[in-house]
Amino acid sequence: MKKVTTLSMAVLLALTVVPAMAQKTASQGIDEYRAMLQDGNPAELFEAKGEDLWKKARGPKNASLEKCDLGKGPGVVKGVFVELPRYFADTQRMQDLEDRLVTCMEKLQGFNAAEIAKTPFGRGEMANVTALATWIAAESKGQKFNLSQAHPQEKTFYEVGKRLFFQRGGPHDFSCASCHGEEGKRIRLQDLPILTKNPGDGVGFAAWPAYRVSNGQMWSMQLRLNDCYRQQRFPYPGFASDATIALSTYLGVNAKGAASVAPAIKR
Amino acid sequence: MKNKTPLILASLSAALVAVGCASGPSVAELNALTDKIVKASFRDQGIAKADRVLATDETNRACSEADVAGKPLDEKAAKAIEAANMKTIKWPSDGKFIGDWKQGEAIAQSGRGLTWTDTATTVNGGNCYNCHQMDKKEISYGTIGPSLYNYGKIRGVSNPDDPASKAIVEYTWGKIWNAKAYNACSNMPRAGHMGILNESQVRHIVGLLLDPKSPVNQ
Repeated sequence: MKKVTTLSMAVLLALTVVPAMAQKTASQGIDEYRAMLQDGNPAELFEAKGEDLWKKARGPKNASLEKCDLGKGPGVVKGVFVELPRYFADTQRMQDLEDRLVTCMEKLQGFNAAEIAKTPFGRGEMANVTALATWIAAESKGQKFNLSQAHPQEKTFYEVGKRLFFQRGGPHDFSCASCHGEEGKRIRLQDLPILTKNPGDGVGFAAWPAYRVSNGQMWSMQLRLNDCYRQQRFPYPGFASDATIALSTYLGVNAKGAASVAPAIKR
Repeated sequence: MKNKTPLILASLSAALVAVGCASGPSVAELNALTDKIVKASFRDQGIAKADRVLATDETNRACSEADVAGKPLDEKAAKAIEAANMKTIKWPSDGKFIGDWKQGEAIAQSGRGLTWTDTATTVNGGNCYNCHQMDKKEISYGTIGPSLYNYGKIRGVSNPDDPASKAIVEYTWGKIWNAKAYNACSNMPRAGHMGILNESQVRHIVGLLLDPKSPVNQ
């Protein structure tokens, strides 16, 4: 709690400082603001909540998630994040971390997966999925992304994801590539990572889940993609829909070799 | 939603076996699968209807395909797209191209409108500063598009009503109305053609770019 208060103070201070520094150099002031953000990351609170949720007996079956197989065998948490999305033989489909967690919550704990998928971000069991994803991501901090492309469906989803990345549509004709197809571009003052290749350690796919200071929310990768599509003026992508999994597969494979910093902290 | 993929992939695999293909799905098959996945994944939300991705026009379809292939459209295809988009440009009904640059600046600053969290009554912005530098005093500008600082001055427009300025005035109007009329796969939205901005808003933006008194030209 103390940490959060200190952080909000820092943000408040930074917001006052940035305009004053505009005369010197704007980007310098913004860099300082960003450095201040690194002081304390409230994502830690969500990590703690996620670890607790993993170990606690919950749901209609009153079971924990400790037997959940996230890709490296039941109960293995370390290293799974940097290899997702991947193909799962038991469900016979491509799954990302959040979708896989919901599968485990249904199978092990007896929750209704379809109900969770319909729940808005930040509410009820969806908030718990985000906390779990935050903790599991944190357990792979510093590891390099290395998604499998061995299974035919993994290759197919990469190809579909590539087509989604370049899909122009909506009233503004925007695709993901409109903003993330070239190096060194920005919207307003926000730097845009290039996502057609590895953009560097802890950038782009290797940064989410992340804590958003501007709205005080913990954002999972599903929410990150969801809000990109909102700003793109696209219709609404279903939670863990095949489009979001295919797009994540494309981004994840492209990020090969990038070290994960998730959960990051963002403006 | 969840049960669809194995089904789609199963039918795809069956198709592959039938043609005896060992090297994975063809481009056409992947395109068809992508269409199916898009249809199953996106839904209406507020004013953002699913047909925004299901019913894209030939311009977006051809440009997306070129982007996936990683090579630009051939010249003939690009020219055809530009010609088709040129036909959609609605020129000012009263012959007036130059509006109020002050209102133009407000429109250029606004990035609002047309998302699923907006409503039908939200006044749409032009999103100009998201991608372009314009008034030099505004430091928060994007770099996806070229700088438009001194746009009119650089092009020698000292009086937009002078017949000598006609070509550049018309080009500026046309580019904002439908950017794809001049560059088939431009990143720039087609503000007039797609109904993002109305005629009066386009006029104010043209004023912001070409009025010698506009901060853009200082």
